[in-house]
Amino acid sequence: MNALDIENLHKSFDGVAAVKGVSFAIKKGEIFGLLGPNGAGKSTTINMIAGVVRLGTGSITAFGYDNQRDYRHTRRMLGVVHQEVVIDNFFTVDQALQLHAGYYGVKDDPAWRQLLIERLGLKPHLNKVMLKLSGGLKRRFMIAKALIHRPQLLLLDEPTAGVDVELRHGLWEFVREINQQGTTILLTTHYLEEAEVMCDRIAIMNHGELIALEETQKLIRRLSRRQLRVWLEQPLQEVPAILEQYLPQLKEDGNVLLLNLPAGEGAGKILTLLAESGLRVRDVETDQSGLEEVFIHLTGMKGGDGGNQSRQ
Amino acid sequence: MVAISQDNKYYPWLPFVTLLRKEILRFWRVSTQTLLTPIVTASLYLFIFGATLGERLNVLEGFSYAQFVIPGLIIMGVINNTFANTSSSLFMSRYLGGIVDLLVTPVSPPQFIMAYTLAAMLRGLLVGTVVWLISTLFAVLPWESPLLAILMAILASFLFAQFGLIAAIYAHNFDTLSMYSNFLILPLVYLGGVFYPISILPDPWGTFSYLNPLFYLIDGFRHAIIGVGDTSYLLAFGVSSGIAATLFVWAAWLIGKGYRLRA
Repeated sequence: MNALDIENLHKSFDGVAAVKGVSFAIKKGEIFGLLGPNGAGKSTTINMIAGVVRLGTGSITAFGYDNQRDYRHTRRMLGVVHQEVVIDNFFTVDQALQLHAGYYGVKDDPAWRQLLIERLGLKPHLNKVMLKLSGGLKRRFMIAKALIHRPQLLLLDEPTAGVDVELRHGLWEFVREINQQGTTILLTTHYLEEAEVMCDRIAIMNHGELIALEETQKLIRRLSRRQLRVWLEQPLQEVPAILEQYLPQLKEDGNVLLLNLPAGEGAGKILTLLAESGLRVRDVETDQSGLEEVFIHLTGMKGGDGGNQSRQ
Repeated sequence: MVAISQDNKYYPWLPFVTLLRKEILRFWRVSTQTLLTPIVTASLYLFIFGATLGERLNVLEGFSYAQFVIPGLIIMGVINNTFANTSSSLFMSRYLGGIVDLLVTPVSPPQFIMAYTLAAMLRGLLVGTVVWLISTLFAVLPWESPLLAILMAILASFLFAQFGLIAAIYAHNFDTLSMYSNFLILPLVYLGGVFYPISILPDPWGTFSYLNPLFYLIDGFRHAIIGVGDTSYLLAFGVSSGIAATLFVWAAWLIGKGYRLRA
């Protein structure tokens, strides 16, 4: 049984389609990344899973339970960290955590609450109301709140937006620990290098559609561009025609030759062609582009378009 | 290392009890605004109509003006505060986005409605009780049918808790929300016989007053306390119960559907 099964999900707002026939499944124990530019339909999808947005058409099943018919069951299994910071200024951090456990029908477990408080660095702020917390603390509190009822599937919608590097690393480390204990994770993030490191599989959405779904490393290997950097013994004035297919570029006054390797092709053939051309090679290095380049390639976005493509 | 305990037993009533507790704590935390202010306002009315102007007024044979007006002021306190509680709490949750914290939980629509309703009723009835206690300084009420009076107050608080939920769902902003209380509830309460018996109004105003749904709540409550009313208990309870049931079904439909709560 999967942690989550999504079948042919559709959702429109005022006649404008936000999600168009999305289907995917998340295996138990997986860290699954749902990526896409702003407005791709990621949050709408997550919000339909969580129950914040009404289902258009299609079906969502969590651990075998339908999230419409058996909503009380599925919601108990889900923990949600919303993209927007949710504030309730009537209660302190500690009180809000206790109340939140109750909403899920779970009795307050002081030991578990204490553990979350300590791990997320909330201990000095327990008696503060939300308004008094910094942006980073609010994010940490939201993660504690999402975990207070020990969910089996944690939905993280941009959990580290606006959070400094150190805290981001701490949060991801914590998420990984939770995952190792058996909690399945579905996350969206603008930090693609983090998604690349964290996620077992990645789905990419664009214009409401799923345009890629694959194991992270396979996706990168399949779609990313590899570049061969060749240091020559003697500077080159003109690139031999035989190398044109590799889109060559000369750098450093002709001392360095950059060649693009087609997907799935090793460097051996190029090295043979270099030897046949009479070029003497001093050193070689290959660069593998990462998820960011794959993302840009798939979504057709350029750097600075305001989507997930930019490293922030 | 994070240790996740497997003891995660589900208590089906806990979401309701927790939401009810949270709603009660919410108004209790700001009791100056939610309890003290309406009590001070009602006390001023009592002072004006009970100890000053009231001495010179006589609208109902056999009763002082204070005895006449106090039941109206009690039920007015109940109505205003019950409405204020559900409407402001739910609207603030919608406005500030905190509602999503509830929408993702297993709190069912009936639990949602009953928790908001009971907390608001508690606030309204608390204010009503304190207004009555203060009123004993100005007049002694005969309490002809105390059980009926309590039932009427409970019915009034239930009705306006539903109306508050509906208003919070339909309101676009704070302005529209305040319009419900300033341009609907206030005139209907004032013209519904809080300060005078509608039987003294000349036609057509007297007849029109029978179309005011709040008249039945106010008159029914006063009738139960002083034993005299402009209409029968049956009609007062019948009309008020009908309106309360209609509003409850309306609120339940909106919340069940997630209208303006879930996108």
